[in-house]
Amino acid sequence: MKDKPVISVKDLVVGFGDTTVLNHLSLDVRAGEILGVVGGSGMGKSVLLRTIIGLLPKRHGTIEVLGIDQDQANEEQRRALERRWGVLFQQGALFSSLTVRQNVQFPMRENLDISQRLMDEVALAKLEMVGLTPADADKFPAELSGGMTKRVALARALALDPEIVFLDEPTSGLDPISAGDFDALIKTLQGTLGLTVFMVTHDLESLYTVCDRIAALADGHIVAVGPMQTMLECTHPWVQTYFQGKRGEMLTGRVSQLVN
Amino acid sequence: MASDASLLTAKFKGDRLELAAGGSWTAANAGELESLVDGVAQDAARARNVSIDMGDVRQFDTYGAWLLERLTRQWRGTGGVASIVGMPEHDRTLLKEMSGVNREPVQAPARENGLVSALAAMGSGVAGFGRDLLTFVSMLGAIGMAGARVLTRPRDFRFTSAVNQLDRVCWQAVPIILLITLLIGAIIAQQGIFHFRKFGAEMYAIDLVGILILREVGVLIVAIMVAGRSGSSYTAELGSMMMREEVDALRTMGFDPVEVLILPRVLVLIVAMPVLTFIGSMAALYGGGLVAWFYGGMSPEIYLARLADAISITHFKVGMIKAPFMGLVIGVVACAEGLLVKGSAESLGLQTTASVVKSIFLVIVLDGLFAIFFASIGM
Repeated sequence: MKDKPVISVKDLVVGFGDTTVLNHLSLDVRAGEILGVVGGSGMGKSVLLRTIIGLLPKRHGTIEVLGIDQDQANEEQRRALERRWGVLFQQGALFSSLTVRQNVQFPMRENLDISQRLMDEVALAKLEMVGLTPADADKFPAELSGGMTKRVALARALALDPEIVFLDEPTSGLDPISAGDFDALIKTLQGTLGLTVFMVTHDLESLYTVCDRIAALADGHIVAVGPMQTMLECTHPWVQTYFQGKRGEMLTGRVSQLVN
Repeated sequence: MASDASLLTAKFKGDRLELAAGGSWTAANAGELESLVDGVAQDAARARNVSIDMGDVRQFDTYGAWLLERLTRQWRGTGGVASIVGMPEHDRTLLKEMSGVNREPVQAPARENGLVSALAAMGSGVAGFGRDLLTFVSMLGAIGMAGARVLTRPRDFRFTSAVNQLDRVCWQAVPIILLITLLIGAIIAQQGIFHFRKFGAEMYAIDLVGILILREVGVLIVAIMVAGRSGSSYTAELGSMMMREEVDALRTMGFDPVEVLILPRVLVLIVAMPVLTFIGSMAALYGGGLVAWFYGGMSPEIYLARLADAISITHFKVGMIKAPFMGLVIGVVACAEGLLVKGSAESLGLQTTASVVKSIFLVIVLDGLFAIFFASIGM
């Protein structure tokens, strides 16, 4: 099982109208790893994520998640599959009419047959795991700060103990300290819960600190995939600019110090 | 799927309870697992010493970990000893994580006395009504101030914005207003003819149609339509601008949001209401005429001659004088509610509903006040 990829994307083509965003893209995500997908704005990182989770239609190619081909799966299998992954949207996408606790309980209520007491306890446990206090549980999303919103959204994504978590720019809009905390949190949770994490990000720091492998998306397909070292050695012009740029260099310096 | 027995089995050895766990301790089985765990917890009250063998557990997640933690915490709380054996290292990390959570007792929200909370709701309702009035008056004042400022510097008036709004609020509203008022006029005429016929007084139905439409119904129907159509869109527009901090951005750039956003919108409504009222009233009279012709058997010539006798320019003036004031009320309420929108989508929905309900209510109240006023000055 370890060798079989958890997510396997082959020859994927996605486009809107006349433009083709993803052009014959292939990518594998291994079990238990944190994969970071990078790419410039508008290059189709979020499109890739949304296509994998079935929010956008594809024109060509196959997507296999947890060994189930999305095209072959019937409605029931697809629903079962959706229960095995959690998604953290860029803006959190918390339901604004529900409290934090109800937001986390929402997937449980719909999918599991468990008592209210257990639901309350597990919801609070999840909230504490992502670093919130029981006092936050009765707040409404409008009362939360950006970092708290992301944490609640992560708790909701983890509500059913999924095997895969999709994170769409988890640290965007957070201050460096919160972003660092959030990265650490993802790493910890990945360790404790044995998650596979598919993360779309712009944040170089996240890439350096938490990702096991990085996939660079440019010109509609993956131009490089591998650990940080591969990225630094890659000759593709966009990847070079991205990782060797001014901001990249500050961090690269630190990495090479660590390596030496 | 694992059966009940294999998830958790209990065996007593003297005062020592041995539990054997197996199968999937995961979310999918959580309901079943919880009842098993609760059952065992009851049994085990007499046992001093408990050991749990987790060796046969194939899958283990937060749900299973929490239920196990809940079980052991309960025993340790009563002074018992619980040991867990045969658990893989990886699952232990998760269990350890669980042992830190839910330590704080959950406080149940304090129950309130029903009578007290009913009184409190009534009180806050009255206070809210007062606050609403204050909001509208202050919005009216702000619009007045902005209007006075623009009068001294006419070039500051947002002419383009006003023309754009006029297109949306007035021109694009014409078809629906025509349709609705035509139908209302026709219905009033039909009812009038039907009931007056019993007394042989069908002719008076035309008086009814003319006076009622010009004085009251024309302007009221148009005002209600405009409140539902344009008032709600004003609230939603301003509300979403509040949500995305656009209004704050305007303010920091030194613009007065009332002058830039609200004044053109309200002025446009004040202009649009008389125009739409005129169009609506004419359409309603036309609809009345059609029904009089085809249902009442009165030819258009008779209808027009009778109408000319029945109505005077005063009736027309009464309707038209009211129209701009109704436009002002709808505009003020819609914009004031729009600025009250807070961060969430729910709040936007609430304020939009409130805007339509309050403006229709105020339009009808205003109509009543005008009726008293016109009666006392003999119009």
